[in-house]
Amino acid sequence: MHIPDGFINVPVSGAAVLVSASAIALALKKSRGSMEQEVAPMAGLTAVFIFAVQMLNFPVAAGTSGHLLGGALAAILVGPWVALLAMTVVISLQAFIFADGGLSAIGLNIFNMGVITVLIGWFTFKFILKFLPKKNSSVVAASAIAAFISVPISALGFVVEYAIGGSGIIDLDKVLGAMLSVHVLIGLGEAAISALTIGAVLATRSDLVYGASRLLPKKDLKIKPVDLR
Amino acid sequence: MKKYTIAILLISGVLAGGVSYFASSNPDGLNKVAIDLGFAEDETTHSNGDSALAGYETAGIENSALSRAIAGITGVFATGLVGSGLYFYVRKPKQDV
Repeated sequence: MHIPDGFINVPVSGAAVLVSASAIALALKKSRGSMEQEVAPMAGLTAVFIFAVQMLNFPVAAGTSGHLLGGALAAILVGPWVALLAMTVVISLQAFIFADGGLSAIGLNIFNMGVITVLIGWFTFKFILKFLPKKNSSVVAASAIAAFISVPISALGFVVEYAIGGSGIIDLDKVLGAMLSVHVLIGLGEAAISALTIGAVLATRSDLVYGASRLLPKKDLKIKPVDLR
Repeated sequence: MKKYTIAILLISGVLAGGVSYFASSNPDGLNKVAIDLGFAEDETTHSNGDSALAGYETAGIENSALSRAIAGITGVFATGLVGSGLYFYVRKPKQDV
């Protein structure tokens, strides 16, 4: 899903840089000092894990592969604001070090694979969770659905960008149909990887899953004697 | 949390440095659509296209598994490095009691 240089014209790519930069600025503001010391390492670890899993292209149809995007997974693990920062780290390093995703398209790529997947993933997750019992398995199920939906919506982001800033010679209906059909399949892989990951973290350290925080037993406040000398 | 951190770093290293060798090398969804519908040729040369690790391959390493392993592990280190900056940024300041 990494857009290379040249697919989308400069004005639209530039506008995407502005939009993504604003979203990142807001995320920086909201996330500063927002994680408890004990869980804060998850911010960086989420970025590392998503970078690694994004390298694992899986086959989806004849001659086509797909890979995890990870925005929904990140949002459920560390919350949407920190997730956007983690996704920005991953997508930027991919573009600068590995030439994966054009430098001129970095705003588009952060928007499609970061902003859209984090927002859609997070709100879908929260919405689904409302209808499910307060159990770990509900968190896993909601993660799968949220991750699945985030991929075709992200692909839709590309189609809109292509409609405004593409070469204009390709039939847009065809672009829409082709992008959605292949990304629905990739979404199934996204759902499986995200659900497995969330399930594994929940099983080992459920306190590390931001999206499951309402499931944790409430700790009573205790008054402890303090030696003031 | 230390053990957990090490575990996730190790898993990521194995995935990026080892398992990724077996990943599908077919074009991804967007690239395939671009090829099929004929806008793949709109792609222009990547400004960093000749960097040492472009395309998750290490320049100058013949062995393709090793080439990808070096690229993957370097990527894990690089994200880890920037990620640790993220850790210091998002963690709550220590409170004096």
